[in-house]
Amino acid sequence: MTQYGFFFDATRCTGCKTCELSCKDYKNLPVDFSFRHVYEVEGGGWQKDDAGFWTTDSYTYYLSMSCNHCDDPACTKACPTGAMHKDDNGIVSVDETKCIGCGYCAMACPYDAPTVSKEIGHSAKCNGCAERIAEGMLPICVEACSGRALFFGPLEELPNTDERAEVAPLPPASLTGPNLYLKECAAMQEKADAAAKISNILEVM
Amino acid sequence: MSKTDLSRRTFLKATGALGTAAAAGAGVSFAGSLASGSAELAHADQEERIVWSHCHVNCGGACVLRFHMQGDEIKYVETDNTGSAEFGDIQMRACLRGRSTRRWIDHPDRLNYPLKRREGTKRGEGVYDQITWDEALDTIASEFTRIKETYGNESIFIQECSGVEQNIMMNSPFFRLFNLLGGEVTRYGNYSNAAINFGSNPFTYGDGWGRRSFKSLQKGQLVVLFGDSVMDMRMGGDGAGYDLNVAMEKQGVRVIMIDPRRNEVATNKGAEWIPIRPGTDAALVAGIAHELETLGLTDHDFLKKYCVGYSEDTLPEGAPKNSSYYAYIMGTGYDKVEKTPAWAAEITGIPEARIKQLAKEIGEAKPLFVAQGWGMQRHANGDFAARAVMLLPQLVGQVGKPGTNAGTHEGNTGFPLPTLPTGDNPIAEKFPNYLWPEAIKDGPSLTAKNAGIKGADALKTSIKMLVNYGNNMPAGQNGDINFTTDILRDESLCEFILCYDVFMTPSAKFADIILPDLTPQETYSLSAAGEMNDSLGIWFGQPIREPMYERREVYEVCGELAKRLGVYDEYSEGGLTREDWCRKLYDELREEVDGLPTYDEGVAMGMYKRTVEIDTSVDPFIQDPENNPLETETGKIQVYSPELAKLADEWELPEGDSIVPIPAYVPGFEGAGSQTDKRPLQLFSFHYRAHTHSTYANNEVIQKSASHQLWINPADAESRGIADGDTVSVVTDRGEVHILAKVTNRIVPGAVALPEGGWYDPTADGVDKGGCINTLVSRRINPISKGTGQQSSICEVTKVGA
Repeated sequence: MTQYGFFFDATRCTGCKTCELSCKDYKNLPVDFSFRHVYEVEGGGWQKDDAGFWTTDSYTYYLSMSCNHCDDPACTKACPTGAMHKDDNGIVSVDETKCIGCGYCAMACPYDAPTVSKEIGHSAKCNGCAERIAEGMLPICVEACSGRALFFGPLEELPNTDERAEVAPLPPASLTGPNLYLKECAAMQEKADAAAKISNILEVM
Repeated sequence: MSKTDLSRRTFLKATGALGTAAAAGAGVSFAGSLASGSAELAHADQEERIVWSHCHVNCGGACVLRFHMQGDEIKYVETDNTGSAEFGDIQMRACLRGRSTRRWIDHPDRLNYPLKRREGTKRGEGVYDQITWDEALDTIASEFTRIKETYGNESIFIQECSGVEQNIMMNSPFFRLFNLLGGEVTRYGNYSNAAINFGSNPFTYGDGWGRRSFKSLQKGQLVVLFGDSVMDMRMGGDGAGYDLNVAMEKQGVRVIMIDPRRNEVATNKGAEWIPIRPGTDAALVAGIAHELETLGLTDHDFLKKYCVGYSEDTLPEGAPKNSSYYAYIMGTGYDKVEKTPAWAAEITGIPEARIKQLAKEIGEAKPLFVAQGWGMQRHANGDFAARAVMLLPQLVGQVGKPGTNAGTHEGNTGFPLPTLPTGDNPIAEKFPNYLWPEAIKDGPSLTAKNAGIKGADALKTSIKMLVNYGNNMPAGQNGDINFTTDILRDESLCEFILCYDVFMTPSAKFADIILPDLTPQETYSLSAAGEMNDSLGIWFGQPIREPMYERREVYEVCGELAKRLGVYDEYSEGGLTREDWCRKLYDELREEVDGLPTYDEGVAMGMYKRTVEIDTSVDPFIQDPENNPLETETGKIQVYSPELAKLADEWELPEGDSIVPIPAYVPGFEGAGSQTDKRPLQLFSFHYRAHTHSTYANNEVIQKSASHQLWINPADAESRGIADGDTVSVVTDRGEVHILAKVTNRIVPGAVALPEGGWYDPTADGVDKGGCINTLVSRRINPISKGTGQQSSICEVTKVGA
């Protein structure tokens, strides 16, 4: 089976959030709701030395992420109606005719990809811009990135699939087999640790 | 916790309220959105057309926007998809701001009709009545004539138009019209880079000599940037941010970023961040210069051959003994203090060992590329700081050669597309841009010697008519809003204020008449790559639809005024339209530049671009300085400027200010070290991705993803009981702002930073809840350029409700 996935080259990302906003524009999403999020992650701190000088071992990195269209999605397993399903190309999407809006998918997903609103009555999430893919185009977020940090396609066409993303604070990739592959930037490789935390909560909640 | 720790399974849900909000859909509104408007549903079985236009709001770029239209409805926006999409190739991809223009253009708060301030209300109250275009135009024409006849053309002033900067039209129609009617007083300089352009370059290089772009960087070389946050500022797929991104990967250049704030060059991109106290850059340069001497790495041959005033023996004639830069750093200069790395460490907050190491790295790097952003030179000591950073590469002979930059802003290029010609202005008087409120308050008190007035000894009169087109200066981007709005409220001072914009900005509320503009996407908009782009491109913007409501564009409206004032034929050259001017000016460009498509071909293509030739030359001045002198008084690079020595004697300066002929460290008004118990923190601002200046700051969808917050270091936050996301009060001697705190390691302890561009939103008590930095900053200007000192403030921050 073909499996589509995202590749994120963190060494090219400047945290600009154009991926997130181009998606919101194209999908006409409301202000408070995004399919894609750019997480700003911080760790380390500041220390004052004996002479009174401040030095820092802090670091900051960005991680752009939407639905990871997992090999073994938690959302589909939690869905009581089969509305949340994997398509033939491995994209996880919602059959709106079957979705009852119970919200189990949103609670189950370790990446917070699906959102359920009582107003629309069903779950909504990134579908890999399926209609664009069908026409041979790229997802809107991928084409928007000025730094060419995002890639999407069948796994064999991605720059590489050596490493599934599980940099802090993502969960272990072994949980759901996310099809988000990552080229780590220096701050991720050299510094990321358990103390790393999302530092832009207001922007991603 | 290791990467395999299962407790991170709930990574997002464990971090604050995110999990519950997402699961419950709290705060999510789908009205008119997903249910009926998802891309699949809305676009099925309907014919769609694509209209090319561009962004225009003076981030420095002008990225391509392709509007997907159905009838008059904008469905969504895409960007440049032409040519190769490979990393390193140029597509003028728009950033998050450009990609959100649909909701900005179709924002429910757009101005739709001409408005007149309601009689009996004061400026600033924001009470307006709809009027007809005829009434609006008649009023403007009659007020222009009355004021011109009463006070003279010198009393009429047109502000800069940052919000509509990137096209051939800008605010030029107003200049064109007024110049046919006796002219107007004008400004020199701008808010962006007055200290570089008027306080530093003329006295150092004569002009903007030696600037090169990041495209010219060579493999593995060292790049030292002072506050040059190009990846925050210019995020599109064209220009300095992209160029540096590409160079860091493809050329493997090493970047050191000296900045009080960890900007985006030092996040994922991995530049080494050296945190520095705001406004102390010239002290760092002095400490490095001293250490270069200690290490024997100063390029004395270069300094002797190409520069004046580094050492005593190259001082220009008439310069006093011990006035060289060498004397300054060695402790025999005017202040008799040796500028050791330890001295610089105390001022900058950078440990002595790091300064020494930095000096060694700089001394050994060949080539070395040094560039500065514009925030540093907007401190009250910016004239000197800008010149000091220019000095750094001179010390090691790294200017005018491949892989170098003259320590100024990095270079850029673009097609020389002309703008609408404005004719001749018979009024010679010019004042420094930042001083327009003072020119309203008491113009004749501004003189050549105390305020840098050019073209006259003093202003002849005060400003009595203000044209505020396409900007949000009066109560937005200009420093000390409380001071400025007091002046604007007094109708006996400025007697008529016209605002012409697309939104009811905080500044618009001080106007007597407000006109509703079209955005450049709603009309013809020809634009070459913006001034800070670094590529050769032209976009042939076409109107996305017919004008809606009673919105009208500026060239036509100034034509209507020209009819009323009897100069329409001259104004329009016999009836040329805005589209005609696009053709005409483009054809002028085609006569200058070979190989361009015709205008109609360009319109059919939407945009035209070509590759930039990279400058790898050795500058003629470096090759042969005798025969290719610079435009300075001495013809050389001036470490010591004889012109500045003269100004130091002649000009009148406020107490505490001075002009020194060398790029010395001068703390400046409310600079580092001036903190008090009452105001213990330094405050500065930065350009933020959520808006360009104040444009787009009312586009909620961007603000949600890029929150407008005060950055504060955990050390400063904890001691004040402030947690991330708390509402805090920021107080200076000028005003008070309430804003959410971002507690972050990304800012140096002892300083806080507030993004510029928030919309001033005062309570009855005068507390600004819009988070506008200019509520807090002073009117203090730089001594040489008379440019803004908006970056220099001291403040206190407290938790609101604590």
